[in-house]
Amino acid sequence: MAQRFAYLGLVLMAFALLLLGKADVTTIEKARSQITDAVAPILDVMSRPVATLNEVIQRGRELAVIREENARLREEKARLLHWQMVARKLEAENDALRSQLRYVPGPKASFSTARVIADSGGAFAHSMLLNIGAQPGISKGQSVVTGDGLVGRVESVGSRATRVLLITDLNSRIPVLIEPTRTRAILAGNNTNRPRLIHMPPGSTVSPGDRIVTSGHGGAFPNGVPVGLVDLVSDGAVTVQPFVRRDRLEYVRIVDYGLKGILTENEPSSRRSTEAGKAGQ
Amino acid sequence: MKSVFWQRLDRWARRLTPFGLTLILVLVNVLPMQIPGMARVMPLLPLIAIYHWAVNRPHLMPVYAVFIIGLLQDALSGAPMGLNILIYLAVYGIVAAQRRFLVGKSFAVVWLGFTLITAGAMFVGWALASSLFVALVDPGALFFQYLVSLGVFPFLTWGFVRWQRTFLRQM
Repeated sequence: MAQRFAYLGLVLMAFALLLLGKADVTTIEKARSQITDAVAPILDVMSRPVATLNEVIQRGRELAVIREENARLREEKARLLHWQMVARKLEAENDALRSQLRYVPGPKASFSTARVIADSGGAFAHSMLLNIGAQPGISKGQSVVTGDGLVGRVESVGSRATRVLLITDLNSRIPVLIEPTRTRAILAGNNTNRPRLIHMPPGSTVSPGDRIVTSGHGGAFPNGVPVGLVDLVSDGAVTVQPFVRRDRLEYVRIVDYGLKGILTENEPSSRRSTEAGKAGQ
Repeated sequence: MKSVFWQRLDRWARRLTPFGLTLILVLVNVLPMQIPGMARVMPLLPLIAIYHWAVNRPHLMPVYAVFIIGLLQDALSGAPMGLNILIYLAVYGIVAAQRRFLVGKSFAVVWLGFTLITAGAMFVGWALASSLFVALVDPGALFFQYLVSLGVFPFLTWGFVRWQRTFLRQM
């Protein structure tokens, strides 16, 4: 009898937690960070041998295809040298034009590097934990990138661990540009590996293979960070294949661009949206 | 006197292992495996553990332990707080009610029980998540996680049975 009572009580408590998570995001996030902070050192240690083992396997695989890889890289090097020349020329030209226009450059970015210690992606959430805690240069809303492109944004910062919301998560919305046409859109995650483009202006054209970069609108992300390639275009749905391969992530960079677009923890979400609305008017 | 103390401590430590092992599985579940596609189809290791201990040693896997395991899973995975707790409690509750059909039966029956009970619990979880997010959660990922869990079940259960025979013989 007492068992049954306890069972019912705990089920109700779990329901209450679910509802509280909807109603009072801050409290639940704090509780979550407390738990992750407590476990982070253990995860940090546990994830190291896994990473090492993977590295060994990876090396073995690379050894098998080293010849082809070499040929491919040589070819690529030749191509990139050409691009480097073009880029240098453009840079010089840009500098010259900027000085004529009195162009004000954007803020300088600073980076912090962190290791991925947990990666959970099932059907309910796509997020990661990093082994970096609260320190100057790390705050909620900052973008997380690798050399390939955008990974996601910082969702919460604890004392020992930081949670990253991946661009594939259901709750992720990122203002992007379809690069060839400079069309604005929002990249919306849906808990699958292929996020979708939504809110595209009517009549805009998009085709598979188009590059997607962040647009910088809304002030949350810097502009021009590569995100992915358009994968499939069917009526009503455009899916994007992200550049970042999540299973390859080991170290990521948290970028501090000094942007204040995404909002501190203390601001309730309702005020946030009205302010954003006012700012937009 | 002293030996009684050590015996008690030994007994205590053994009794805690089902809970402890399951907590470790929660951590293993969120480790970055760096295998392509693995994060998407990661088997629900803690669920297998909860099912096994609920069938075989329910007094060593009390209901509040299940709650704590679910809480840790939710906190680490970033899922809505309470979602995995409810899924785990649902599996635990069904097992507790139907235990007499599962105890001491052949492995196939226990496996079948896991297949059915987990399917029900996952569906409940999916429906809850979809209503929470006010959007249909992609059922594909959940389905593959379920299939992979079914495949992992015999191996993990084998390990648990060995553990049970070695350390929990008289408990």
